[in-house]
Amino acid sequence: MADDFILELDNVSKYFGTVIALKDVTLRLRRGEVHCLLGDNGAGKSTLIKTLAGVHPPSTGQYRVDGKALAFRSPREALDMGIATVYQDLALVPLMSVARNFFAGREPVKKLFGLLPVMDMAHANATAVQKLADMGIAVRDASQLVGSMSGGERQCLAIARAIHFGARVLILDEPTAALGVKQSCNVLKLIHTARARGISVIFITHNVHHAYPIADSFTVLNRGQSLGTFAKADISKEAVLEMMAGGSEIQGLFDELEGRAA
Amino acid sequence: MTVIEETLGMSKAGDASPDERVRRLTAWHLLMGRPELGAIAGAILVFGLFGVFAGDSGMFAIDGVMNWAQVAAYLGILAVGACLLMVGGEFDLSMGSMIGFAGVMVAAPVMYLGWPAWVAVIFAFAGAMALGLLNGYLVVRTKLPSFIVTLAFMFILRGLTLVLSTYFANGTIISGVGDRLADDPIVRTLFVGSTGAWIFHGLASLGWIEVLAGGEPVVNGIPKVILWWVVLGAVAAFVLARTRAGNWIRTVGGDANAAKNVGVPVKRVKISLFVFTAFCACLFGVLQVADVGSAAADRGLQKEFEAIIAVVIGGTLLTGGFGSVVGACFGALIFGVVQIGISFTNINSDWYRVFLGAMLLLAVLFNHYIRGRAAAGK
Ligand SMILES: Nc1ncnc2c1ncn2[C@@H]1O[C@H](COP(=O)(O)OP(=O)(O)O)[C@@H](O)[C@H]1O
Ligand SMILES: [Mg+2]
Repeated sequence: MADDFILELDNVSKYFGTVIALKDVTLRLRRGEVHCLLGDNGAGKSTLIKTLAGVHPPSTGQYRVDGKALAFRSPREALDMGIATVYQDLALVPLMSVARNFFAGREPVKKLFGLLPVMDMAHANATAVQKLADMGIAVRDASQLVGSMSGGERQCLAIARAIHFGARVLILDEPTAALGVKQSCNVLKLIHTARARGISVIFITHNVHHAYPIADSFTVLNRGQSLGTFAKADISKEAVLEMMAGGSEIQGLFDELEGRAA
Repeated sequence: MTVIEETLGMSKAGDASPDERVRRLTAWHLLMGRPELGAIAGAILVFGLFGVFAGDSGMFAIDGVMNWAQVAAYLGILAVGACLLMVGGEFDLSMGSMIGFAGVMVAAPVMYLGWPAWVAVIFAFAGAMALGLLNGYLVVRTKLPSFIVTLAFMFILRGLTLVLSTYFANGTIISGVGDRLADDPIVRTLFVGSTGAWIFHGLASLGWIEVLAGGEPVVNGIPKVILWWVVLGAVAAFVLARTRAGNWIRTVGGDANAAKNVGVPVKRVKISLFVFTAFCACLFGVLQVADVGSAAADRGLQKEFEAIIAVVIGGTLLTGGFGSVVGACFGALIFGVVQIGISFTNINSDWYRVFLGAMLLLAVLFNHYIRGRAAAGK
């Protein structure tokens, strides 16, 4: 078998009480690819990536990492395997500093007087500032509270954090939603760089201009079910747009706005 | 967001604030980073007030100082536990009842079951911490607000304390236990009386502090409760500020869901905090039994509220995620100074509660107006 999958979901369903969030979804992430997850609001994209990230155990079906079936009991276990996620809600604490947020759950530790284990704040501060600077966000003081940052800056912080810890797989749930053009562009570049370093990426977006250039393959979710996975070679930008929320209506609207008869 | 905006994501240029501007440190920023500043200012204010109105009353003589410091220390021990728990996003309303219950857990076995004092003390700590564990487990398991779960325990433990003291002592007080604790070398060393008498003898021989008729200095040592408070406060402040556990406590209290998603063991952190508050309450109870010489069913009544007030005055947010142990200790200090200080003035001491209530209101308004804005991202 030529295909080398790093993450695989096999016929996974997820129920929240009576809500069927996912129904028999199969998704395979190739090593080193950028895999774009598409679908309308409420289609189950976030639930799917939370299953991958170890937040939700699947109700039924199998989850394999490196071909081995496993069940994460917490996101910590996924992180320990180098699977890092930018959640749609970012998972940042506004009342904590940039550095404390950056390393929340994965604090760097040093020994005070060679004895007491304490958080290495100097290292945390320097790393957080550096990684944010890499994303084009200048913070002079890593002790600044996240609550005082703009939406875009917060999103960049969450992305920078995931990239820092996502040694093997990077999962991004609508990472560009609150970003301007330049920062979105930065994120796309980062995804590109990550892939070049051999990191596999799952990328959720509503923006076909972001999705199409960067992705190697696409999986479309609709009302909790997968409509299939498509390699880039097999699908046009228009077809991707079509499959995204209200695709055909949008195309019609474009045509209308551009003065052409629909 | 409209469909067009969503599709033409490019049109959202300029949504995010400009990146290249370097932020400046402001006084505001400093305040945000130092939640205890308010309480320190409050303490200075209170010292100033009593300095003016009761300065020559003996309140600031060495025996007066020990008097209010001891009151502050008892509450401070409780406030340290309550502070970490509140930063972790939870409350423990059963702390006050736990004080009474812990006292009975020490006194009843010693007086009626013939246990050695040190065994009874260990038993009390183990029992209290097990109850803290149960509190915490129920909170994380049921996802009910800790307010309601610990309110139940506030009643259960108070009731049990009464039941047990009635069963054993046929009344609400179990007395005579003080001597038994003082006779036990381990318990005496850790919990009974005061220490550092030589310092005070030294100071007395230098003529720096007053000497009683019998030749003893007016104050013959630092009460152990004060040492416990200082040590516990220092350790807790260090943990919250400098350690990994401290970062977990803040994350859990700031946003439990985010904490879980970034791999913080939320349940373990919360349960540990409940165990720690139970430990603090038990320490309070044991020290008090050693000091007063008896256990009683009404010990620690309403102390949970005083502890929460001290913590809030100390700059900790009621909503969790943000606070300071040092601030909570200053909050407790304000309590001690006001409670004792008022009796040194000619102000009617009925005003004590009015004053504290007003302090609380002021602190809450201050915290939530100022720091709430940080949470909202303004
Ligand atoms: N924790 C939860 N409890 C109950 N229902 C949920 C939960 N999370 C998601 N859902 C439901 O699952 C469905 C899919 O949600 P989601 O995965 O967030 O969709 P998407 O990210 O594609 O917009 C929605 O109907 C949502 O209401
Ligand atoms: Mg979503």
